Amino acid sequence: MNSRMKAPTMSITESDVAPPANEPPNPNLLSDNDLKHPPHARGAALPIFNPDFKAHAHEAALDELLHDAHENSIVKNWYARARVLAADLPDADALRSLAGNLKAHTLDHLDFYLEQFADSVEKAGGHVHFASNAEEANQIVVDIARRTHSRLIVKSKSMVSEETELNRALLAADLIPIETDLGELIVQIAGDHPSHLVYPIVHMRAKQIGEVFAKFFNVPFTDDPNALAEMARVYLRNRFAEADLGVSGVNFACADTGSICICANEGNARMCTSRMRIHVAMMGMEKLIPRFTDLPVFLKLLARSAGGQPLTQYSNIITGPKRAGELDGPDEFHIVIMDNGRSRILASDYRDTLRCIRCGACLNACPIYRKVGGHTYGSIYPGPIGALITPLFNGLEHHEHLPQATTLCGACYEACPVKINIPEMLIAMKGDLKLVGKDPWYEKYVFRLWTIGLNGKLRYVLGQKLQRFAMRHFFKKSKDGWLTKLPGLAKGWTEVRDFPLPPKKNFRELWRERGLKNTT
Amino acid sequence: MNVSLFITCLTDLFAPQVGMATVQVLEHFGCKVDFPEAQTCCGQPQYNNGYPGEARTLAERMIRVFKNSQYIVTPSGSCCAMVREHYPLLFKDDKRWENDALEFVAKTYEFVEFLTKVLKVDVAGLSLPSETAVTYHYTCHTRGLHMGEGPCVDMVKKLGNTTFAPLEKHDQCCGFGGTFAVKYTDISAAIVKDKVTCGNQTQADVMIVNDAGCAMNIGGACHRYGAHFKPRHVAELLAEAIDNRHPPQPKG
Repeated sequence: MNSRMKAPTMSITESDVAPPANEPPNPNLLSDNDLKHPPHARGAALPIFNPDFKAHAHEAALDELLHDAHENSIVKNWYARARVLAADLPDADALRSLAGNLKAHTLDHLDFYLEQFADSVEKAGGHVHFASNAEEANQIVVDIARRTHSRLIVKSKSMVSEETELNRALLAADLIPIETDLGELIVQIAGDHPSHLVYPIVHMRAKQIGEVFAKFFNVPFTDDPNALAEMARVYLRNRFAEADLGVSGVNFACADTGSICICANEGNARMCTSRMRIHVAMMGMEKLIPRFTDLPVFLKLLARSAGGQPLTQYSNIITGPKRAGELDGPDEFHIVIMDNGRSRILASDYRDTLRCIRCGACLNACPIYRKVGGHTYGSIYPGPIGALITPLFNGLEHHEHLPQATTLCGACYEACPVKINIPEMLIAMKGDLKLVGKDPWYEKYVFRLWTIGLNGKLRYVLGQKLQRFAMRHFFKKSKDGWLTKLPGLAKGWTEVRDFPLPPKKNFRELWRERGLKNTT
Repeated sequence: MNVSLFITCLTDLFAPQVGMATVQVLEHFGCKVDFPEAQTCCGQPQYNNGYPGEARTLAERMIRVFKNSQYIVTPSGSCCAMVREHYPLLFKDDKRWENDALEFVAKTYEFVEFLTKVLKVDVAGLSLPSETAVTYHYTCHTRGLHMGEGPCVDMVKKLGNTTFAPLEKHDQCCGFGGTFAVKYTDISAAIVKDKVTCGNQTQADVMIVNDAGCAMNIGGACHRYGAHFKPRHVAELLAEAIDNRHPPQPKG
């Protein structure tokens, strides 16, 4: 949808970017080898491609190139977003509450709205398919493709299709999926994973993209963003001309009219949905909103939250297939509504996570995400919201670091356009670690003892004196009075920064000396 | 106006000077300050690590200790945010405790919040002893208290002898996060180094950090990696400015 590279505005013909004459671009270069899909261990509901959070975080936290890439995109965007929100939506907070309440209401009555939506879609001439898991969803798409004799499948950006690993399933069925969002295309031909919900290649630099393109298109290396974008544009134009079937995601599904809304910036979603014979839209069942007239609430918030844009370049609203007399649009319009664990989440204390509209604002705001990048989370859903939903989809026992690796700074909650209280749920999930046996064995004893030590004035005073004495006398310190090496649980602190030495007297001693009257 | 000081365990042990400055400023603006000595910790570490039962034990203690207080003021904002955001959840639907808990929550204020919302102080006329460049780190609890940076920054800008230098990424967490700092050392280090770098870019002498935990983290990183600035609590600056009203006269 969004890529860090801007598509060129002027029109360039294919011959302008043609590679050297002796190496013509091969229109049939698509093969399973070219369109790689990276290997990973299959988790329960979501694909997991990096199970070792800590090891990955260690590397990413030192990766200055990654940090620079983030600074120049998502961090910059974050402050642009703040300005746009302040200027355009003076009452953004009320709008966020409204959006959050609309989503909460929909989730509370999801059975009703799902049925209403399915009826509306069918009334408009579309077909509705329900999939209980990723495999079923993929099979539905494969079956539609086979029945309609479609082989080349163009896809606009869809996180649900990442969730189901649709590309892998299509390739296995001898079908050819082409990602048409520029960022997703780069991910696809690089055999990489998206690292952000909205900016899939935010972790890459132009040089890396240039290398990937040089190899794939068999052209001399360039890292000029305009030239790279033009190569992709020409390539994709041809695929659009050849393809029969378009797969898209869904940003919002209006229950009362059966309309779906797809927000995109590159025009590729419109090509995928209007030019193809068949359009298959995939959605998680939480994408519903009650009424068509609720759409503006979300459109006002989505693009602003995602990248500080007032609106995406294209807001495609699609209701059913091409009608008699219409020139554009597919002959068949299908919607695949997927559960894949969502009804389990709906029934849990974490229902609010299903409000998420995948804008990525919490990722952009998050100090952790900014430093470790999306790949560290090991899931297609990274960042604060990913830290919640990845364990919910796949089981907390496989992702015990995700809810713990948080400073609880609250930036995600503040950024969220639908007011998901992410920090509070991360805290609750930390509590759940005990239920799945993933809390360190000593932790509950530490907190129990600590609490006992704090639950009494005398104990507290003695505890403070003991800590002070130990720190002042037992541990290594610098000449100017900072502790430079602490043992045990505090070791991590002094590995990367110094620790202050407690002054000789604590506050309550100074208070007494001051001779002020106190109440006890 | 009677104010009970909620010092918090970290400030008590590691930053007693912040506590003394808080008392001095509150008294200067006409408050009668007391310090209930039976207070210990608000339970924030327990709560944030998923031990609400333990946190509740300490929360009950806090509510008992401050039962007779008119206002409760704390210089450590994250502890205030703990009270404000999480105490109501800890005692939700508990008939025996809920009213007392909500009463406690309603009278608990963060230092800057209390100065600006309740006392509505005007610091114009106060001035630091020497020209000081000041920058401001938006500690995360400020977000929890829905305060914004305005109240503190406006107050500092009004102090004489200060120049204000805005901090890049001022609203990005310092990477402390309690046990996070020792559990996820690598990530915490990357975040706090970023804060020190941004702080150095401002050329400021002082970075205002109104929370004991963040100040320990940023201070520790400043000491390890070198910095032009010192993290300080705004109460310390205000106390200096109050002292400066009648500077000691040179003898003879």
